[in-house]
Amino acid sequence: MAEEEETELSDDQKKGIAKWFLVNAPAGEIQYVSKDLKLVLNDDDVYNEAASEAFPVYNKSHLISLKMPGGFGDVLVTSYGELQDNEYLDPKTAQVAIVDHVKQACTKVRPATDEELPSAYVEEYRCALEAEILKYVAEAYPKGSSSVYCTNGKDVEEPGSDFDLVVVIAAARLSPQNFCNGSWRTIWNIEFKDDIQKLELNGKLLVGAHYFEEGNVQLDTKHECRDSTMFQCVNNKCSDLMLPMLLELMCEYRIRSPDDTAISVANLIRRHETAYMASLEESYFKLSDNTFKDLRRKLPITRTLFPWRSTRQFSLKREISEELGIGK
Amino acid sequence: MEAAMGLMRRMPPRHSETALSALLSLLPHNSSDLLSQVDLPLQVLSDDDSGKRFILCEYNRDADSYRSPWSNKYHPRLEDAPYPSSKLRQLEIEANDIFTVYCDQYYEGGISSVYMWEDDNEGFVACFLKDGSKTGQGRRGYLEEGTWDAIHVIEVGPEEETTRYCLTSTVMLSLTTDDVSSGTFSLSGSIRRQMNMNLPVADGHLCNMGKMIEEMEGKLRNSLDQVYFGKTREMVCTLRPPSEVLPMRLPDS
Repeated sequence: MAEEEETELSDDQKKGIAKWFLVNAPAGEIQYVSKDLKLVLNDDDVYNEAASEAFPVYNKSHLISLKMPGGFGDVLVTSYGELQDNEYLDPKTAQVAIVDHVKQACTKVRPATDEELPSAYVEEYRCALEAEILKYVAEAYPKGSSSVYCTNGKDVEEPGSDFDLVVVIAAARLSPQNFCNGSWRTIWNIEFKDDIQKLELNGKLLVGAHYFEEGNVQLDTKHECRDSTMFQCVNNKCSDLMLPMLLELMCEYRIRSPDDTAISVANLIRRHETAYMASLEESYFKLSDNTFKDLRRKLPITRTLFPWRSTRQFSLKREISEELGIGK
Repeated sequence: MEAAMGLMRRMPPRHSETALSALLSLLPHNSSDLLSQVDLPLQVLSDDDSGKRFILCEYNRDADSYRSPWSNKYHPRLEDAPYPSSKLRQLEIEANDIFTVYCDQYYEGGISSVYMWEDDNEGFVACFLKDGSKTGQGRRGYLEEGTWDAIHVIEVGPEEETTRYCLTSTVMLSLTTDDVSSGTFSLSGSIRRQMNMNLPVADGHLCNMGKMIEEMEGKLRNSLDQVYFGKTREMVCTLRPPSEVLPMRLPDS
């Protein structure tokens, strides 16, 4: 067969491939992938272009946490907090971090302007929720980070309009010396619907793990869930007549301040995440006990090892079939 | 090449085919190394003559055709293609028959194939492959699927009183569940191990190779259990230690 002519890949094609490898790197491994990729690609210009486009996508999708200079703590790199291409708001400290995506480091910090922050009304809810979430994350995750952003209606000044918050929780465990890395990411979108005084939560939970000693084994899970609860704004819009009615309808709910709302949202999140953790354990158990065991028996039905014979005769198969009692 | 293999070890297993094509287009000069070292989920083809299915891999491929171990013919037909010697072919036929029985005993289903060819060192190489999957469906909307593909390549040294056998085994395992209430859960990938033994040729090649494979698969089954279920689960529990009840906060009155 004639040797195929070598079709040289165009720079664009090479860049596309390079970006694909970078974006698909497991949690915490993009720097290793980039090292190997540079060798395989052998073209620094194409690599640099690909990296400048791929790293931001990877960083935002993996919700990486970077240390801010100046003692402001850590900032989460997320699309929710993105003000510009490489500027990310940390609502906790009202600082904006300037980030170098390819180096995965925060190079500078500046205070956020008033326009970049939510209104005082929204901020009350955001801040109360963040405080509860921080407490929850500190309890539940040995090394977790979290942030609460306002994604919609940040200029809402008073009751009467909807606004949205999003809770982002990320935890990563990197152990390359043990050939094992893992990440947990949950994103809770919360819509404050003013007209029906109801909060709707939409959660997306993603868990991943990668083990790569003499192989490549990856866990990849995804789950989505919803819930809702009542909230009542600080300025009590209900007349005295309405109040007893509301109480009757939803007896366990009372008038809620931002602090109360924060507590009940955090409780919902805590409940769902704990339930998800339990369902993960159950999936492991089911797969290991049923599916895996079904795939290969420990021993044949005869409960002895397979009867390989020390003859090289053609009748080997017949002998074996006879021994195993297989009709043929 | 080492960098390329490094990349293959990190890309998500479900994308291995895409990753391999990407590497092949970036490194056309290393294509034969890449194709023989990277394991992809196995594919099968039906033999025209017997209707039996056989597994496709690098070791029975020439150009775009694959040789069936049942009929010893290439599909699609190919002129001037390599075949094992008739002596080796006899061994290959026997190996296929016995390996089918072996796989039935352990896997209760699936497809197996064995290919052999002479190598440059007066010995030969044998490749035993097994492909299969099981699907379980519990209550409505719940799907459990498992796939176990195995590739065992044995390099057999020149025939002496004690012959050297070098086995490299790869098991590609994939376990997934998809449930309306708990989302998607997928554990997949591969692990690879090696084993070398010097065995008396008087016992017969098939016997020696068979015993090695059986021992290896037993060990692999344990490793798979430890790695797939043990290590990844350990990681998840490290990320978020499971607890029966986390303190719930009550609203202040």
